[in-house]
Amino acid sequence: MTMREYMLGNVAIARGLLEGGVQVIAGYPGTPSSEIIDTLAARKDRDYHVEWSVNEKVAMEVAVGAAWTGVRSVVTMKHVGLNVAADPFMTLAYAGTKGGMIVIAADDPSCHSSQNEQDTRRYAQFALVPCFDPATPQEAKDMLPYAFEFSEKFEVPVIFRPTTRISHGKSDIELGEIPVEKPAPNFEKLLDRWVMLPKNARPRHTHLLSIQQSIEDALAESPWNSLELKSDAKFGVIGAGIASVYAKEALTELGLDVSYLKIGTYPVPKKLILELLETVDTVLVFEELEPIVEEQVKMIAQEAGIEVSVLGKTNGFVPREGELDVSAFLEVLKKTFDLETEAETSGKSLELAPRPPALCAGCSHRATFHSMKKVFGKDAIYPSDIGCYTLGIQSGTVETTLCMGSSISVASGLYHAGEKRPICCSIGDSTFFHSGMNSLLNAIVNKANITVTILDNRITAMTGHQPNPGVGYTATGEPTVQVSLEELCKAMGAEFVSVVDPYKLEETQEAFKAAKEFEGVAVVIARQPCVISGKRAGIRRNPYVIDPDKCEGCKQCIKFGCPAIEFNEQNKCAVITALCSGCGVCAQICKFDAIQEVKR
Amino acid sequence: MSQAEQKKLDLLITGVGGQGAILASDIIGKAAVTAGLPIRAAETHGMAQRGGSVVNHIRVGNNYGSMIPKKGADLLLALEPMEAVRYLDFLKDGGIVIMNTQPIIPVTVTSGLTKYPEVSDILDFLSEKYIVKAFNADDLAYEAGNRLAMNVVMVGAVSGYLPIPKETLLESVKALVPQKTIEVNLRAFEAGRQKVEES
Ligand code: SF4
Ligand code: SF4
Repeated sequence: MTMREYMLGNVAIARGLLEGGVQVIAGYPGTPSSEIIDTLAARKDRDYHVEWSVNEKVAMEVAVGAAWTGVRSVVTMKHVGLNVAADPFMTLAYAGTKGGMIVIAADDPSCHSSQNEQDTRRYAQFALVPCFDPATPQEAKDMLPYAFEFSEKFEVPVIFRPTTRISHGKSDIELGEIPVEKPAPNFEKLLDRWVMLPKNARPRHTHLLSIQQSIEDALAESPWNSLELKSDAKFGVIGAGIASVYAKEALTELGLDVSYLKIGTYPVPKKLILELLETVDTVLVFEELEPIVEEQVKMIAQEAGIEVSVLGKTNGFVPREGELDVSAFLEVLKKTFDLETEAETSGKSLELAPRPPALCAGCSHRATFHSMKKVFGKDAIYPSDIGCYTLGIQSGTVETTLCMGSSISVASGLYHAGEKRPICCSIGDSTFFHSGMNSLLNAIVNKANITVTILDNRITAMTGHQPNPGVGYTATGEPTVQVSLEELCKAMGAEFVSVVDPYKLEETQEAFKAAKEFEGVAVVIARQPCVISGKRAGIRRNPYVIDPDKCEGCKQCIKFGCPAIEFNEQNKCAVITALCSGCGVCAQICKFDAIQEVKR
Repeated sequence: MSQAEQKKLDLLITGVGGQGAILASDIIGKAAVTAGLPIRAAETHGMAQRGGSVVNHIRVGNNYGSMIPKKGADLLLALEPMEAVRYLDFLKDGGIVIMNTQPIIPVTVTSGLTKYPEVSDILDFLSEKYIVKAFNADDLAYEAGNRLAMNVVMVGAVSGYLPIPKETLLESVKALVPQKTIEVNLRAFEAGRQKVEES
C-alpha cells in the first residue's frame, strides 16, 4: 500500500534524505532551507548525526569528512550560503567523495527573504558538478535517493537546488521506504584524492573534465528529463525546474499543439534538446533567474548548424529577474504570437496602507536601537547585518546590510577610509558566531575605532529559532557547552566589553556613552532573549496599560514603533493592545508616567 | 462539468502574520489528502511572519504548481479586511470573497505614516465585482470560547464551498489544533459555517 501525506516541501526533502539512507546532515539556517534540518533534528528515532554548524563552510566540511568515510551525507543552506562554502566546494569537486554527498542550496527567486537572487545552477556549472532542479515537492523527495546513488556512482558531490516554492510549497506526497541497513564508515587513506596539493589537483581536474560526458549521458536517461514531441508542431517549449510546471499548466489550459521538453538536471540533456531542435523552428525557454538552459540551447543549435530562433531571457521575452508563474508564461505566449492583451480592467481603486514586517512587540532589538540612536544620534553611521534586526531599518539604525558577518568589517572600512563621524554597527549573536568573529578580530588587530553591538537574543530567530553556540544545546536539544560572547570577545583582544539588559534604557545608554568615548573597538553586548523563544521557555511578564487621564498625547511612545501601541486620534490618547509582551520599555519612555504595569 | 472539474478549486487565504493562515490552510490540505484529492499549496514564511502581510495559495484537485495564476482563484478567504483587497488580482471576476471584518492596524498606520481605509469602503469596493460574505470572525471565535480560533471560524465559513466532506474537515481540525482546544475549535468551525449558510 502506498502512503500519502500532506507535507511542506522541506519536510518532503527531509523525508527524501531518509529514504536515501543519509547518515550525516550539517547546515546553517537560512530561509527557505531551514526546515530540512529542523525536521530531521526533531525526529525521535534518529540513527543519523544532524547538526546546526556555525556557518556553511564549516557545515560543508563536516559533510565532506563524512562522505570521505563512505557514508551518505548532506549539507543544507540557502543560495547565498554557498558563497560562504564556495572555498571547500570548488576543490571538493576535484577530490570527489566516496559516500554519496548532496549539497542542498535553496534558491529564492524574487528575494522573498534574501539579499539577492543568485542562481545556484551557475555554481554547478562553475564547479563542474551535476545539479538536480526539482519541479514539484514530490519530485524533490523522489530525486534525493537517486541523487545519492548518482553521486556514489561518479564519486562526485551533487547539487540539489530547490526554490522557495518547492521548499515552502505544500503537497500530497507519496512516501517510499526508509532503508534500515546502512554502510559502516571506513575512511580509506587515498592521499592522491584527499590531499589537494598541486601534484594531485592537476590530474583530478583532468579526471573531473573527463567524466562530464558520461555524467551528461546518464542524466539524460534519468526520469527527471522528458520530451513530448508533437508530430507537426513547429513551436517548442523548454521548461526547467519549477518553471516547467508553470509552462505545462498554461499549455494544457490553452490546448496548444506544441512540443515540450522538461529539464530537471544539469549538465542539460543535449540529446533531447537536439531531438527537439530538429523538429521545430522556434523554441521558447522558460526558466527562473539565469538564462542557463537558454545559453546551452543556443550553443547546441549553433554547433549542430540548426537554424532555429530561441526565445527567452536574453532577448527580453522572459523576465530575467524575479519569480515566474503561469501568468508570466501566458504573457510570454501573447508576446510571441502577437496576441491581444486584455485591456486592464480599470475600476475604482482603494488606497491601502502598506504592511511591512516589523520587529515583534517587546523585541529587545527595538529597545537597543532606541538607546543606540539616543546616544549616537543622527550623525553617526550604522552598519548592520542579517537577521530579524535588519527590520530595525525602521528605527534608523540599520544603514548597511551586505552579507552575514559583514557589519563589523564594513564599519572598519568606513573608519579606515577616514570617516570622522561615530560608527556604531550591530550584529546578532548567531551571525557573530557565523562569521562576525573573524571581522571583530580583524577590527581589533587593525585598530579600528568603532562600537560593535552584539544583539544577543540567545537564538537564531529570523529563520525559525534554531540554536547557536551561545545557547547551550544542540540541534536535537542535547545540552552542550555554552560559549560566552564576552569571554570570546575579550580573548580576541577587545579591551572594552560591556554586557547590558536592553530593557533597562538608562543602563544601556550609559554603556553606549562609554563605548562612544572609548578609543578603539568597543563591544556592547545587549542581552535579552527573543520574546518568541522566551515565551516558549516560560518567561511571563505583566502587560502594561496607559492611563488616559495622565496621557498627554505627545506620541513619544508611538515613535518608539512597538506594534502593541496604537494612538486613538479621537481622544488624543495612546493605547496598549493585547499584543503587549510586557517589556516595559515604553513606560521608561513616557515622560508623564502614564504607562504602568498591570500587577496581577 | 465533469466529475474532475467539480473537484477542482483554487483558493487564496490572505491575512497578517500571526493570524493562523498556515493552520487554516493545513486543515484544508490535510482533509483534501484524506478525501483522496491531489492538493498543492504555497505559503509565506520568513520575514513576512513578523506582522507582515501573508498570502497562501491552495489548489485542490490540481497536479501542477502551487501558485494560482492571476484571476485564477475561485475564492478568496480574507482573515483581515485590508488584506482582502491587497491580493484581488488573483481572484476571478465574479469570484467569492469571504472576509473577516476585524481590522489589524499596521505599524505604518499607528505611526501616522498612512491611513487605514474604512471597512465599509472596503466592502463597497469588493461588492462591485465580487460576491461578498463578510462578518466579524474574531467575535464569533470569542463567543466559541477563544479569540485565537478565528482562523478555524474562517475555515468553517469556507467549508461549504470546498469539494471536501464536512466530516473530513472536522477530523482534520481535531488532528491539527492543540488537544485542549478541540471543543472550542469545533464550535468555532460550526459558527463560521452557519454564518455563511445563513447569508
Ligand atoms: S522573533 Fe524574536 S528577535 Fe525576531 S523580531 Fe520577534 S522578538 Fe525580535
Ligand atoms: S508617551 Fe506617554 S504621554 Fe506620550 S502618548 Fe505615549 S502614553 Fe501618552
